[in-house]
Amino acid sequence: MNDMRIVERDVDTQAIKFDCENVQVYYGDNHAIKDVNVRIESNTVTAFIGPSGCGKSTFLRCLNRMNDTIDICRVEGKLSLDGENIYDRKVDPVQLRAKVGMVFQKPNPFPKSIYDNIAYGPRIHGLVDSKADLDMVVERSLRRGAIWDEVKDRLHAPGTGLSGGQQQRLCIARAVATEPEVLLMDEPCSALDPIATAQVEELIEELRTNFSVIIVTHSMQQAARVSQRTAFFHLGELVEFGKTGDIFTNPKDPRTESYITGRIG
Amino acid sequence: MPGTWLFLILVTLSVLGYIMGHRKAVSVSGGSNRVMHSLLPYHGWNVGLATFLAGLFVMVVAALGRALMGVADGNNIALSVLTLAGACAAFYVTHARIERGYRARDGVEKMIRVILILASSIAILTTIGLVLSMLFEARNFFGQYPWTRFFFGTNWAPNFRGDSDLGMLPLLWGTLYVSFIALMVAVPVGLFAAIYLAEYAGPKLRAVAKPLLEVLAGIPTIVYGLFALITVGPILRDVFAIPMGLGESASSVATAGLVMGIMLIPFVSSLSDDIINAVPQAMRDGSFGLGATKSETIKKVVIPAALPGIVGAILLAASRAIGETMIVVMGAGAAARLSLNPFEAMTTVTVKIVSQLTGDTDFASPETLVAFALGITLFVITLGLNVLALIIVRTYREQYE
Repeated sequence: MNDMRIVERDVDTQAIKFDCENVQVYYGDNHAIKDVNVRIESNTVTAFIGPSGCGKSTFLRCLNRMNDTIDICRVEGKLSLDGENIYDRKVDPVQLRAKVGMVFQKPNPFPKSIYDNIAYGPRIHGLVDSKADLDMVVERSLRRGAIWDEVKDRLHAPGTGLSGGQQQRLCIARAVATEPEVLLMDEPCSALDPIATAQVEELIEELRTNFSVIIVTHSMQQAARVSQRTAFFHLGELVEFGKTGDIFTNPKDPRTESYITGRIG
Repeated sequence: MPGTWLFLILVTLSVLGYIMGHRKAVSVSGGSNRVMHSLLPYHGWNVGLATFLAGLFVMVVAALGRALMGVADGNNIALSVLTLAGACAAFYVTHARIERGYRARDGVEKMIRVILILASSIAILTTIGLVLSMLFEARNFFGQYPWTRFFFGTNWAPNFRGDSDLGMLPLLWGTLYVSFIALMVAVPVGLFAAIYLAEYAGPKLRAVAKPLLEVLAGIPTIVYGLFALITVGPILRDVFAIPMGLGESASSVATAGLVMGIMLIPFVSSLSDDIINAVPQAMRDGSFGLGATKSETIKKVVIPAALPGIVGAILLAASRAIGETMIVVMGAGAAARLSLNPFEAMTTVTVKIVSQLTGDTDFASPETLVAFALGITLFVITLGLNVLALIIVRTYREQYE
């Protein structure tokens, strides 16, 4: 697995994946996201940090329109993926979510076998034509999820029988199996112990070669470890966005500095 | 009447026990809870409950002993005296022990546990007694009638002058046929209704529709029976049976099955709805996050996750269908018949149990005793279904927790 390791690459020349301008989100009367402008690059890990309730998860869920399932939620502004506005009437949110995969805070494997968990997306989207193809996709996804060696002998055992860390890697492998372009991760390590967290972080670093990864995290150390770009949210506003190194060593905004030195949040 | 009086005296004594226990605790403590081990009311409860339980215990034991020794009635005075003596003894002992360090609270909690154990064992003991009494009578029946003819006989022709054919197969067939039709109606309709309510309906509609559906479950089955008799039966006969040449009877398996199915819809839908709602939202989010549509999510994630519970609900509905009597009497008729034609009158085990036991019965001839053999057969079938349902639900329940 280590041969897949890629040395730190220069991310400055990456293409823009998500271009968000003046994004506003309302929950009923509550103005949850105010005027967010952000550009997320491909093949980059972008971390969203900020205190609880600052809107980072809400903003993340705008990126694959998961907020559509909440009735009172309203999104305004322009969010485009590869130049196409994802809130356009023509865009099918279901298709969008196949392109922008998501991993949740708590591991949520389906009550099916490990194999069927991975095969779920490819089957729904008709990505494979034969059983042999599907076997291949499942193996490749599990390898990318860095869990193949642990489960290859029990692919037909229930996915819910794995440990928490294994379940989360299974969920990542499941998201990877649909061949998304962007992977959204909503606090993927908050329910995991330090060892499992380390495994998932290592995995995120590997995923960067193929996907653009956006991760919401409460742990500033984690953001510093895994990301190249960091966005700091506070009270629904995007306070500061830039290279992770700059944000942590040389923040421009006093609020960012207060947060990373532990004075707010 | 003396029993009632005895009970009332016992209750009065217990109330008195509470009052006096409380008083003594107050006088011992000087009215302050802080110096006592237990709060003051606990001392009252301790005396009251001990009095009541001791009296009850003596009463039950004495009554059982009297019954076992075969003493005739009229010994009520001895029983009453024993009971009250037991109660008074408990009263005296608990009352005398009240002091600052006395742990009345522990005593009350022990006695409450005893009451709870009694309540739960009554249900279980009753069931055991019920089964035993049926077994006993059924054994009498099989002493008079060969069991092979009962279980494998295809003719049901009871004759109260003796020499009857009592084969249960036509009845069992009728039961299973009616239940099958009922489930064919109730399972798809109930399940789809549950899916709609749980997944698609808005909160306002749900708040109205769910109680409305559950009202159906509260309708007495005799009302459904009337509906079968005067509405569904004639309609089925005029629209299907006569034009298709399948019979001219208004009472038919199809009528009873259809109406019974309607009766079971709320049962299936309400249970399934609860089960579908119990599937964690995280499952649905996971599926949406992979780009699945709502119906794909329901079909491939929610229903499989809820399936064990749904199967359990269906099996519970099945055991209700098998035990149902009133709708069958009024909808399907009373003719024991082995036939595939759903528009013919047939009958079920429960209906025949009723008809064998109504009127003058002496519980000696096989014609009446057969009811117990039928009853125990039915009991075994529904018990088996319920056990199966419980096993399925338990085995798969933890899959998503």
